[in-house]
Amino acid sequence: MRELALHVLDIAENSVEAGATQVQITVEENTRDDRLKIVVEDNGRGMDEQLLARVTDPFVTTRTTRKVGLGIPLLKAAAEACNGSLWITSAPGQGTRLEAEFQRSHIDRMPLGDLAGTLFTLVIAYPNVHWILRYRIDHAEFIFDDEPIKKELQDIPLTEPFVLAFIREYLQRGISNVQEALASPELAHT
Amino acid sequence: MPVVKSLEDLKRLKEEALAKRMARTTTGRAQITVAMGTCGIAAGARDTMKAILEVIEQENLTGVVVTQTGCIGLCEWEPIVQVVVGDEPKVTYGKVSPERARQIMREHVQGGRVVSEFLVPG
Repeated sequence: MRELALHVLDIAENSVEAGATQVQITVEENTRDDRLKIVVEDNGRGMDEQLLARVTDPFVTTRTTRKVGLGIPLLKAAAEACNGSLWITSAPGQGTRLEAEFQRSHIDRMPLGDLAGTLFTLVIAYPNVHWILRYRIDHAEFIFDDEPIKKELQDIPLTEPFVLAFIREYLQRGISNVQEALASPELAHT
Repeated sequence: MPVVKSLEDLKRLKEEALAKRMARTTTGRAQITVAMGTCGIAAGARDTMKAILEVIEQENLTGVVVTQTGCIGLCEWEPIVQVVVGDEPKVTYGKVSPERARQIMREHVQGGRVVSEFLVPG
């Protein structure tokens, strides 16, 4: 993977596979502590202790199409290469929470990449899942919640051209606003 | 497309679209599925999907459903895109770059001609 945003997409796919109806994605950058944290929390079926203990092993997967599962091990390796770690908490029927933390300034830390594209893809492809994104750099924050949009649209599909344009622009602007606030520090601390 | 800012804009756009739809004749429906396992994502499936959605937006195509599926066991052919137009059988395309995706949208989804050079053999 060349972007953290692609890891986010990959981990969120696990949540969908686990039958989640709500997935909350948090990306938090803290310039003072020099940390970058990604959290993906779902209300899917969760994992028992046995599976949980083995899930960071690339030779463990719940899929049947191939014998290796690379998503979580790849993210764990990326975090550990950057002075960070990966934690997963889960229990059957309780959903799953995955957290990956990086040293933000680490030379090997891959760029965040196209987070808007990741969310856009998830929201459109899984309209039955309630998606929430919280993106924060220091004091600047963007929260995206797709529920009010779906409520407004009622039975109009998300793949209608005007809906695609709306969601794409909404995500892009929200995320770049947060990033621009970092670029101008006087805004970031108001 | 005008720039949209809020739910109020969405409401307005919705009403415009609904009014327009009343006048438009129904076109054939198409379903597009992008494989999004770890293999697909690493091979660039997100940007392939974005290219597909971009064409829908730019060409103002209604009645196209875009969904995802996980790894389908053909990792070496990722990104994989499956297309079903109307009642026709499912067509599986392999190594679908954003460029190829735009061509498939133009020729197959809009034009009704399968792009045989991108098919997954078998």
